[in-house]
Amino acid sequence: MVTATQREIAEPANIGWEQRKRKLLPYAYLSPTLILLAALTVVPIMTVFLYSLVDNVIVNPNPPEFVGLENYEEVLTNRKFRGALSNTMYFAIVSVVAHFIIGLSFALLLNSRLLSANVKAIFRVIYILPWVFTASIIAILWRLLLNPHGVVNFVLLELGLVPELLEWLSDRKLALNAVTFINIWSGYPFYLVSFLAGLQGIPDDLYESGRVDGGNAWQLFRHITLPQLKPIIISLALLDFIWTIHQFTLIWMTTGGGPLRSTEVLSTYTYKAAFSSHEYSIASTIAMVILAICTFVAIFYVRSQRMADE
Amino acid sequence: MIGSRRQILVRKILVWIALILGACFAGLPVLWMVSSSFKSNLEIFAYPPALIDYSFSFEAYQAVLSDPGQLRFFFNSYLVAIMVTICTVITSILAGYSFSRYDFRFKKVLNLIIIGVQSVPPITLMIPYFGLIVWLGIYNSYAALVLTYMVFTLSYAIIMMTGYFNTLPRDLDEAVMIDGGGSFVTLWRILVPISLPGIVAVGVYTFMLAWNEFLFALTLTRTNDMRTVPIGIHLLMGQHSFEWNQMLALSVLGSLPVLVLFLLFQRYFIAGMSAGSVKG
Repeated sequence: MVTATQREIAEPANIGWEQRKRKLLPYAYLSPTLILLAALTVVPIMTVFLYSLVDNVIVNPNPPEFVGLENYEEVLTNRKFRGALSNTMYFAIVSVVAHFIIGLSFALLLNSRLLSANVKAIFRVIYILPWVFTASIIAILWRLLLNPHGVVNFVLLELGLVPELLEWLSDRKLALNAVTFINIWSGYPFYLVSFLAGLQGIPDDLYESGRVDGGNAWQLFRHITLPQLKPIIISLALLDFIWTIHQFTLIWMTTGGGPLRSTEVLSTYTYKAAFSSHEYSIASTIAMVILAICTFVAIFYVRSQRMADE
Repeated sequence: MIGSRRQILVRKILVWIALILGACFAGLPVLWMVSSSFKSNLEIFAYPPALIDYSFSFEAYQAVLSDPGQLRFFFNSYLVAIMVTICTVITSILAGYSFSRYDFRFKKVLNLIIIGVQSVPPITLMIPYFGLIVWLGIYNSYAALVLTYMVFTLSYAIIMMTGYFNTLPRDLDEAVMIDGGGSFVTLWRILVPISLPGIVAVGVYTFMLAWNEFLFALTLTRTNDMRTVPIGIHLLMGQHSFEWNQMLALSVLGSLPVLVLFLLFQRYFIAGMSAGSVKG
């Protein structure tokens, strides 16, 4: 509609040229983005895909030979890969669920009508604090706290919650839960922030009429708050799931995937295959599998974005 | 439904207990990091632990701030993050304008691709990236980092910018067009000035991401004079057998810029962030 009115106004000028210019203009505005993404996203992805189909690349001087899906077969049947895959899923699913619960609880707490605006402002900053730290700093921070002689063990021991000093990050049974906990701590503020904005967007009269109908706090939450937040919840959870699968730095700098691969996730496994073992074809294959998983989740994410758009 | 005074008091106490427990969960680890950065390296794991002990000093900070190598990390981080921010803001304004104000043939597909880029795992790009960057002749340079980071910042920035432009009425730019202004003039003179809150949100978000990046900074740089703060922290972990207090001091100093930015712009940022993640 808008373009129609504009075209009418521009009519007296050279119509053909104007129209062509008008058609090309949006692409011109997009060109820096498109060039960058083509060069630094599309080209590398194509390259990784090609690497995953041949038997050796980069280090081996012999010309690479096309092997079809052999690498995929090798990777998918590999026990280490399956271990990394199941660790990744555990890490991602537990993180997303915990992020959601903590983020929503804190958002509801900060939205409580029993607190003054100043109190809310101060606690909001404290609650968002973990977010300002980068993954490598979070890794240092928790290595400090979770050190066998660190303060976490001291407190737990004093309270009688643990029988002895625990090696949180180097005990095979504890490490995966420890890194998952660290990721939970560092990631919930993103939900908190989004839920705070979302809660403020829920009109008050919805609650008013709910109260008139005799709903208690739980019912109001269940039938008004949750449904109203649903679009945010879905897109957050999907995006967070993708980001958690991407997570490399945190694990690399806390456990490096150890001990005994107990915290090996797909990203650390890929990195090691490429840069320690120099098996670039295998690494590329794993990278493609990660891309496939993320793309699968992304389809739902894009769909949820579209729905929110309309 | 109206609770008595006592009920309200009980509820208030419960809310406060929850509030303080939550603050401990979020804040105590940070407090401990800051307090440990003032201890001597020997006292970091002292038994019993104390928040502040006799070894309190600024020694670790002096060590970091008087080391030209460490200062170089900060300089690099600032330079890269600022360049990424400027480039991302300009590029995303242009792209957002296109998506918000024009209808064109491949709009849907291109929009989809740009949203989809967010899901591309960095580790997937990593393997061919090294070769690509070397081929482009920008290995171990600022350009390599700036261009790479833009891949990861642009997508969200464009979504946020498009969302922001969509909230502005089209009558505004049409008025200028009728007065004979071109589309670029309209964007620059009218839309950009009134979009400042959205632009600030994009800028802060981009700066944070660029300041924090680790994986590519590690792989695409070779010499210490090109390395950024997160890599500097990583190097401290390996080199000296754990200079804890210096690592923590560097961490605190490295977090300050983001913290300050966040405190200054949190209102814009929260609004822009949620606009981006919810609507797109």
